[in-house]
Amino acid sequence: MLCSDGTKKLSFGGSIKDGDLVIVYEKRDVMKAVKVSETSVLQNRFGVFKHSDWIGKPFGSKVLSNKGGFVYLLAPTPELWTLVLSHRTQILYIADISFLITYLEIVPGSLVLESGTGSGSLTTSLARAVAPTGHVYTFDFHQQRAASAREDFQSTGVDSLVTVGVRDIQGEGFPDEYSGLADSVFLDLPQPWLAIPSAGKMLKQDGTLCSFSPCIEQVQRTCEALKSNFRDIRTFEVLLRTFEVHEGKIDSCQGDEGLSVGSPPCKRRHRSSEGSTKQDSSSSPTIKVRPCSDARGHTGYLTFSRLQCLS
Amino acid sequence: MSPNSIQSNSIQNPRVTWEGCSVLLDINDGDRLVFARLTAGSTVKIGKKNFSLRPLIGCPFGSSFQIENRTEGLCLCRFVPSTEEGNNDQEKGGCQIMDECRDNRAIVDNNEAQTLTSEDIDEMRRQGVKGDEIIEALIANSATYEKKTAFSQEKYRIKKQKKYAPRVLLRRPSARSICEAYFKKYPHRIGFLRVDALSLLLSLANVTANSDILLVDMVGGLLTGAVAERLGAGTGYVCNTYLGSSPYPVDMVRTFNFDNEICQRIVRAPLRTSEKPDACNAELNGQTSSISMEEMSLPSNHEAADSETTVSPQSKMGKTPKAGEKASEEAIKSWKENGFSSLIIAAPDADAWSLAKDLLPLLSYSAPFAIYHQYLQPLATCMHNLQQGKMAIGLQISEPWLREYQVLPSRTHPLMQMSAFGGYILSGTKICSSSESRF
Repeated sequence: MLCSDGTKKLSFGGSIKDGDLVIVYEKRDVMKAVKVSETSVLQNRFGVFKHSDWIGKPFGSKVLSNKGGFVYLLAPTPELWTLVLSHRTQILYIADISFLITYLEIVPGSLVLESGTGSGSLTTSLARAVAPTGHVYTFDFHQQRAASAREDFQSTGVDSLVTVGVRDIQGEGFPDEYSGLADSVFLDLPQPWLAIPSAGKMLKQDGTLCSFSPCIEQVQRTCEALKSNFRDIRTFEVLLRTFEVHEGKIDSCQGDEGLSVGSPPCKRRHRSSEGSTKQDSSSSPTIKVRPCSDARGHTGYLTFSRLQCLS
Repeated sequence: MSPNSIQSNSIQNPRVTWEGCSVLLDINDGDRLVFARLTAGSTVKIGKKNFSLRPLIGCPFGSSFQIENRTEGLCLCRFVPSTEEGNNDQEKGGCQIMDECRDNRAIVDNNEAQTLTSEDIDEMRRQGVKGDEIIEALIANSATYEKKTAFSQEKYRIKKQKKYAPRVLLRRPSARSICEAYFKKYPHRIGFLRVDALSLLLSLANVTANSDILLVDMVGGLLTGAVAERLGAGTGYVCNTYLGSSPYPVDMVRTFNFDNEICQRIVRAPLRTSEKPDACNAELNGQTSSISMEEMSLPSNHEAADSETTVSPQSKMGKTPKAGEKASEEAIKSWKENGFSSLIIAAPDADAWSLAKDLLPLLSYSAPFAIYHQYLQPLATCMHNLQQGKMAIGLQISEPWLREYQVLPSRTHPLMQMSAFGGYILSGTKICSSSESRF
């Protein structure tokens, strides 16, 4: 997914090889991560796809099944990976991930501590941000979850940038060997306030901390704990509103001819152009846009702060 | 995890200021944000007086300064907040406010509560009384202070502190702090691009080390700087493209403190050069009349964000390395062969579709892209056309929403004021279409 070797460019220009991880795209919300293996096949509602047909094609290609159905093969990115990874825990999504990485000022070379690892959704994006010379040390108290995360990081190719440790950060704090070395700390824990004294020890002066909590009571206690040696304590909520685009006629309401009050709403997005051809041809169809009806209403609160400069 | 391998080699993340470095001065907890360059002669105006920024040189980013009366007169002095203070506040605030029984029934707004006159205060100042002591005097002479709730006592104290003992926090300019400062002060200069929208652009376009990012930056260089910050030193390229004969200004890049290695990776190429392989040589060799971006921007860029800052121009010219040079033929050739790894467009006044249709063919297959716009309709049209032309998949228009909270014991709620709009983003992934024959 990432290219930590400075001699090569992160270029998708290359073609698909045996052993590559590809994202199989059916449609926006139906995607799957597949490891290409010369002898394997992919079976879905469109038929059977032979991996051997994929090898040698560029990423971004459309490939056909035995029945003539098709999917696209995309190069993995942390954003796509977040949509296809197996959920072993609740995960963080793009709005929170992108915001917190900028807000924590994570840049290439940064040393970042994270707990818990969970399903590794954020970790993958953290790895992308610290590449090529930084490192993410991530901890989860769940032995098996840590092992699965490790496997995932290997298959996405970020393993050289990420080290997964098994440790109860709330109970034990971060390991002393990182004392004063961390540029940023990220906490996604049920009782983050317990880990804050340790986080303070790990951070460099003016280092950044972020705690993600779904409940405001957690935020309340976290902020209390931060007051002693952190400043710039700020809590945010970030959400995304998505839009759907249709092509169709908008009636001018001048006569009763084109007015179809009871016309059924278009079930599939972006397909209204088919329906519009039947309508009055005197007015040309326009592109219409409106917010999608369903949205994630809450993910969690992001509390940021910086370690005080005392010397 | 071998301990001896642990070290942060983040050369991009300097912890201490140096002479000639660019800083963001946060005066009174965000009330004023001033970009400045630390030189022996540079000053900042606080209240009615100019203060030398020399004491800030060599101090860690994140340190605080207060105005103190020294033998050489009033000057900015480093002050280290005690950790005890924070602890006490917390305890005091915590329990007092829980069972607060005072209210505002006895407060009458008749302007008679304060017995100290402004002449009295001026006299105290002339005698060299410290700001903190003036605040204590004001509190002692306020007839209503004791009747206020603990919460409003705190507010009163903060208000007086800002006036009589202003504090300056030394911040490191980063994509986050620069975007926030501009969004607060001059949002139109960055096309109303809020920090959460900027973050999304960087993620959606998969900006990372060793990637070659094609940009249309018509937001003053904020995007260019933010992308370069994510690429790191000496890896990948930020290639700014533009229509017409003159590149768009990217002055804001200079506030980032980029070193030479990073600046060299920020290049520009006119759209037509990137487009037509045959015209490439002619373009690059023939442009004798074109002047570099650096030369063009010099007169205006120093005080881009705040005209209150005075900086001596001589010391700056030598220090800041050049960014935004013309892309080398070699690089352009490589991009033509392999394509850019992603595209970001932030052109608040341009038509999204006409840019996208020219620029998408320059990307490698499966490359992600993100287009920012402050209006929705151009993105809707662009998305529709991309779908019709089968140029991209995974298309989505999204609008980020950001709300900040006040978190205090028993007084937690969203802030009363928020930004209602941070822009729209169209994102997607370019696909391999049969009409193109790059491979």
